[in-house]
Amino acid sequence: MHRFANPARFLKIARPLTVWLFWPGMLLLLVGAGCGLFVTPADYLQGDTVRILYIHVPAAWLGMAGWMGIAIAALMQLVWKHPLAAVAGRAIAAPGALFTAICLATGSIWGRPTWGTWWEWDGRMTSMLVLLFLYLGYIALANASARQEQGGVSPVTAIFGLVGAVNIPIINRSVVWWNSLHQGPSITLRGSSIDASLLWPLGFTLTGFSLLFGAIVLMRMRTILARNKVEARMQRLARG
Amino acid sequence: MNQWAFVIGAYALTFSGTVVLCLSCWRSMRSAEAVAQKLSDKS
Repeated sequence: MHRFANPARFLKIARPLTVWLFWPGMLLLLVGAGCGLFVTPADYLQGDTVRILYIHVPAAWLGMAGWMGIAIAALMQLVWKHPLAAVAGRAIAAPGALFTAICLATGSIWGRPTWGTWWEWDGRMTSMLVLLFLYLGYIALANASARQEQGGVSPVTAIFGLVGAVNIPIINRSVVWWNSLHQGPSITLRGSSIDASLLWPLGFTLTGFSLLFGAIVLMRMRTILARNKVEARMQRLARG
Repeated sequence: MNQWAFVIGAYALTFSGTVVLCLSCWRSMRSAEAVAQKLSDKS
C-alpha cells in the first residue's frame, strides 16, 4: 500500500480510474433501476413497492461499507502512518453520510405502504440513524482539523472512525437480536430468500452504486490533494 | 393507496441526491485541479 503513498503516483492511477469507475457505474445503475422499475414483476404481497429494494439495499450497503472504509483508513493512518489514509477517510465521509440518509429516507417511504408507518424506533432503524449521526460527528471533527492535517483528519478523528465501527455489526445483527418490523436477513452467504425473478436487477444496482461511490471518493481525494498542493505553494510563496 | 407514488418518490430522492453529489464533487475537483495547474504553470 505504501507504493501509493506518493500523491503523484496515486494521481497517475486515480485519474483514469475515476472515469473507469464512473461511467460503467452509471450504466449499470441505470440498467438495474430501469429493469427494477419496468421489467421485474410486482411482489405478490408488497405489490409494486418492492421496487424500492433496488435502491434501498445499495444505499444501506454503501452507508455501512463507507464506515468500514473510514475504519480501515483510520487503522492505516494510526498504525502504518499512511499519508493518503487520512485523506481517504475524509473523502469517504460525505458520500457515506448521503447514502445512509438515502437508506433511511427510502426505508421510511417503503415502510409507509408496507408497515403502515413512516418510522419505528426498532433496532435496525435506530442503529442506522445512529450511523448517520456518527457520520455527521466525523465530518464535523474532520472539518475542524482539516487545515492542520493538510486536508486529512486528526488522530482523534481517526480514533472516532475506528470506535464508530462497533455500530456496523450491531446494524447487521439488529434484526436477529431484537423484534423488529424490518424483515430478517434475506440475503446471506448461504443464499437468498428473495425469488430470483425479483432479485437479479439488485446485482446491477449494487455494483453500479458501488462503482459510482468509488468514483466519488476518488474525485474527493483528488480535490483534497489539489487543494493541498495549492496551499503548500502559497505558503512557499509567502515565505519568499 | 397508490404504490407507484411511493416508488417514484424513493427513486427521485435517490437519483437527485446521487446526481447532486456527483456534480458537486466533479465541479470541486475540476476547479481545485485547475487552480493547482495554473500555479504549477506559473512557476
